[in-house]
Amino acid sequence: MPSWAPLSADQVAEQRRGLSEEQLQHRRIVNINAETVTDVSATDIPGHYGPGQDDSWDLNRFAQQLRIDYHQNRPNDAAFSLIGLDASIANAFRRILLAEIPSLAIEDVFIFDNTSIIQDEVLAHRLGLIPLTGGTKGLKQLRWFKKPPPKDDFAALAVYDQDDLDPSASTPNDHNTVVITLDVECRWATVEQDGRDGKQLAVDGEIDPTVRYINSNVYAHQLVFEPQGEQVQWFSGEDVIRPVNPDILIAKLRPGQRISLRCHCIKGVGGDHAKFSPVATASYRLLPHIEITAPIVGSESRKFQRCFPRGVIALQKDPASGENKAVVADPMKDTVSRECLRHDEFKGKVKLGRVRDHFIFSVESTGQFASDELFLDSVRLLKAKAQKFKRHLSELEEGR
Amino acid sequence: MAQDGDQEMPDASAGADATTNGVEFVREKQRLRLLPGSTDTAASFAFDHEDHTLGNALRYMIMKNPNVEFCGYSIPHPSEPVMNLRIQTWDDVSVFEVLRKGLNDLEDLCDVVEDKYTIARDEFNTAHPEQAAGR
Repeated sequence: MPSWAPLSADQVAEQRRGLSEEQLQHRRIVNINAETVTDVSATDIPGHYGPGQDDSWDLNRFAQQLRIDYHQNRPNDAAFSLIGLDASIANAFRRILLAEIPSLAIEDVFIFDNTSIIQDEVLAHRLGLIPLTGGTKGLKQLRWFKKPPPKDDFAALAVYDQDDLDPSASTPNDHNTVVITLDVECRWATVEQDGRDGKQLAVDGEIDPTVRYINSNVYAHQLVFEPQGEQVQWFSGEDVIRPVNPDILIAKLRPGQRISLRCHCIKGVGGDHAKFSPVATASYRLLPHIEITAPIVGSESRKFQRCFPRGVIALQKDPASGENKAVVADPMKDTVSRECLRHDEFKGKVKLGRVRDHFIFSVESTGQFASDELFLDSVRLLKAKAQKFKRHLSELEEGR
Repeated sequence: MAQDGDQEMPDASAGADATTNGVEFVREKQRLRLLPGSTDTAASFAFDHEDHTLGNALRYMIMKNPNVEFCGYSIPHPSEPVMNLRIQTWDDVSVFEVLRKGLNDLEDLCDVVEDKYTIARDEFNTAHPEQAAGR
């Protein structure tokens, strides 16, 4: 019977007695069949299972059921499980991690000299994508910078003039802009300055540009942070604004070519441009669920084990018959490839699925913030959204 | 490249409120509208600059309320940053109370998640000091 079918009289009676653990577990599974996926939607809505079950929101019940297990917490890579949450909330956290947590990135590039072969706009684009890091406290207190639109963009100007909110947000200052410069010129290697004669080496057949020239490769570590005003307090020593990966290649030069530019970095969100997204990516998957309904023994069990990634299925020696029996050991390692459903020997013996409310999150940071803190920021941001709309709702009600 | 939020939050930390160093109270733009044809028990709201992130989460919290007959959200057009939320209630329950309760419940949920997460993370850090070594 589908989960939404009306209950019969004995089912209602049984419900009032309380459900067995197995039945409750059954309701948590999304079934994955050979070619379909069924029971996808959550069914814990009040009234769905009739009057016997109370599914309305209860904070205490939620707090008791919610479980968070941490699997890994490296500085830029965190993996943890949230159990007992609904998909809409878990997805909200994931979306906020990707698109709404502010971070710092290069936005405006003022190019004084670019005689390299990389076009100005391509160079500026590449600079914007370089992930930056610095003192967390300093980054958190950075203010927004909202560039006023150009005078001929009437549509944008009309919207902009209404924002009489923070006048200092439209001018770059030490509270909302970080300045980084890059000044590199490529030249031949000379004996006096570098200990080798690049031109002579070239004549002799040397083709490696890093030997023939100096500064032929422009790397991210050559970006120079220039603290403005009060930034000296926030970003100095360990907390200096610097690229996360110093070995990012920005451009290649040849003798005589020069790149001289100044970058303004501002705070932005991933929804505006992906360079502002603080996560390399943040994703979640549901815990796979494998149910062996009839025993799989002997050589079949070995074949069954090979249908799954290593470690998912273990073979236990059955003491009675002495044969190997397939047993589910670690479903978290499974990738749900449904390989076992392709073989006739296992038809009717195995059921695959996913646990609907067990989310295995993987948050990988680009390096500006620590991944565990990023998830906390995401939760706080969702809370801030709710609080903001409560204020707006009060205003709306007053106006009626 | 304009910033997406009209509402200014000069304090950079996520989730912080509007005042900074006692400079000036930053006024927020009204982001919630009531669509025409709404009554006290059946109303449609329009949220500006919101999408599935808040929409689906709020819809779930409001559906958990047994007084709600109908709750759904939609994004009328992907090019416009608007999200519509419709709530219909049983008997004479006010739609505004239901929305407020949904927002409160969402806040409480976030609090619980934040607390439990912090506890789990700190326990893990003490149990596995070698992983936090690179910080």
